[in-house]
Amino acid sequence: MATATQTAGAPPADPIVVQVRSAAKKRRLTFRVQFVLTWILLIGGLILLMASGGNGLDGAFIATWAPFILGGAGTTVIIAVLAIIGAVLLAIVGALGRLSTNGWIYGAATLYVSLVRGTPLLVQILFAYLALAELGLVLPIFVAGTGALAFNYGAYITEIFRAGIQAVPRGQREAAEALGMPERTVFRRIVLPQAFRIVTPAIGNEFIAMLKDTSLVSIIGVTELLWRAQAAGRPNVRIFEAILVAAGIYWVLTIIFSYFQERLEQRMARSDR
Amino acid sequence: MAQLGEVVVSARKVEKYFGDLHVLQGVDLDVRRHETVMIIGRSGSGKTTFLRCLNFLEEPTVGSVRIADIEVDADPIHRRSRSHQEQIRQLRLRAGMVFQDFNLFPHMTVIENCIEAPTRVRKVPRNEAIERADGFLDKVHLLDKRNEYPARLSGGQKQRAAIARALTNEPQVLMFDEPTSALDQELIGDVLKVMEDLAHEGMTMIVVTHEMHFAHEAADRVVFMEEGLIVEDGPPEQVLNNPQDPRTKQFMRRFIETQQSAVQNLPGWAD
Repeated sequence: MATATQTAGAPPADPIVVQVRSAAKKRRLTFRVQFVLTWILLIGGLILLMASGGNGLDGAFIATWAPFILGGAGTTVIIAVLAIIGAVLLAIVGALGRLSTNGWIYGAATLYVSLVRGTPLLVQILFAYLALAELGLVLPIFVAGTGALAFNYGAYITEIFRAGIQAVPRGQREAAEALGMPERTVFRRIVLPQAFRIVTPAIGNEFIAMLKDTSLVSIIGVTELLWRAQAAGRPNVRIFEAILVAAGIYWVLTIIFSYFQERLEQRMARSDR
Repeated sequence: MAQLGEVVVSARKVEKYFGDLHVLQGVDLDVRRHETVMIIGRSGSGKTTFLRCLNFLEEPTVGSVRIADIEVDADPIHRRSRSHQEQIRQLRLRAGMVFQDFNLFPHMTVIENCIEAPTRVRKVPRNEAIERADGFLDKVHLLDKRNEYPARLSGGQKQRAAIARALTNEPQVLMFDEPTSALDQELIGDVLKVMEDLAHEGMTMIVVTHEMHFAHEAADRVVFMEEGLIVEDGPPEQVLNNPQDPRTKQFMRRFIETQQSAVQNLPGWAD
């Protein structure tokens, strides 16, 4: 930032400029120290509080079982990734349906969104597992759980995509049409890439939310993070410690993926102003 | 000026309704090869709508448009039918369009903008498309920006890139919709220069514009529109300097008055 004014051969900066610059630097440093200390104090305090209350925290249990619980993180991430891919694919179709001038297609897409948004995710997961089995369609629990998540998030992302497609300026479509592009090409080459860029931050948020909502599939027995935490905690009567470990892992996963999300957004924003 | 050729663009009885609003009330226009026709008129006179009807970005309610060998009749009832859409597409391939706000594709570089239509629509081999696009970019003096994204260009550069893109289909006619209205004053000159060069090379052009001086210099014909009709059509010296129709007279008088008052309001000019 400041380097542009400090190129070799440049005249020495005015003393007031130097002072302003060093004051700004000091402010930034103070800010960072405050930030880090706040985190350390608050997190440390919280752990101390939990350790000192009632039965205290069983450190030995945590040390023994944390690796087992962490082993579920892979499943959690895999479910989240597969489900978000499924959701995005569903959402592209859903958004096209929501923008369709065909009444049948619009009706189907709107029903999908309404139905999914009008019922709890937990109910949908149980439905995918139990009700479909009732109808003779027995899905492996992993498929039922991941499918239900994709189906659910697909409806929300449908609306994100619909808004994203509508947010692409009309002039873009017109310019492409004026060049003689057929409707499909206009959508695939001009509208969709720009809509993707518009919705990327929102899809990232959905993925982060999905990462945590995968915990709901533990209820049908998918052996992901939360299921493993409960499996470790229950027989040892250390459910609190187990849940605490699971919560910590979810948190770390979220931080990691938030970082990637930020990077991705920066990359996609590069050709923008 | 080059010798005018046969009629390339022919609009017949073009009418357009927006709801109950009768925006175009039956416009006829013939444009000959190598001719530069500028359409002027106050805002709301229907000039932009008429231009957009020529390549069916607006579907006319009544009438027909012919560009070179393709003639399309307005068919607002079966607008979405496949055969109608295909006809419109053929029409558009023969007419390049330059918009007021450029509408470059922001996710593609300048050169990618310029090869998109040839490679995707006309299936020109990529190398050949790039070679030709470079030629067009050279023509608009933008070859050095070929690998930039539009966001990194100035308004004038964007519009020149858009002109190059409109040329890539090698159209029979180039249509401009107020090409300099979104530009800062000091950037207008570059764009007008490029347009003038194209006119001199014999490109057939239809330009909707507010630039009266430019119309005076570069047009073969000026068309004045009012309330959805062409009320005067003739050489620039007639329409701009010696209009026959009272409505054109009034429009030109008001234009000259605002020009004078703008100059007089500059500091140092007030009496």
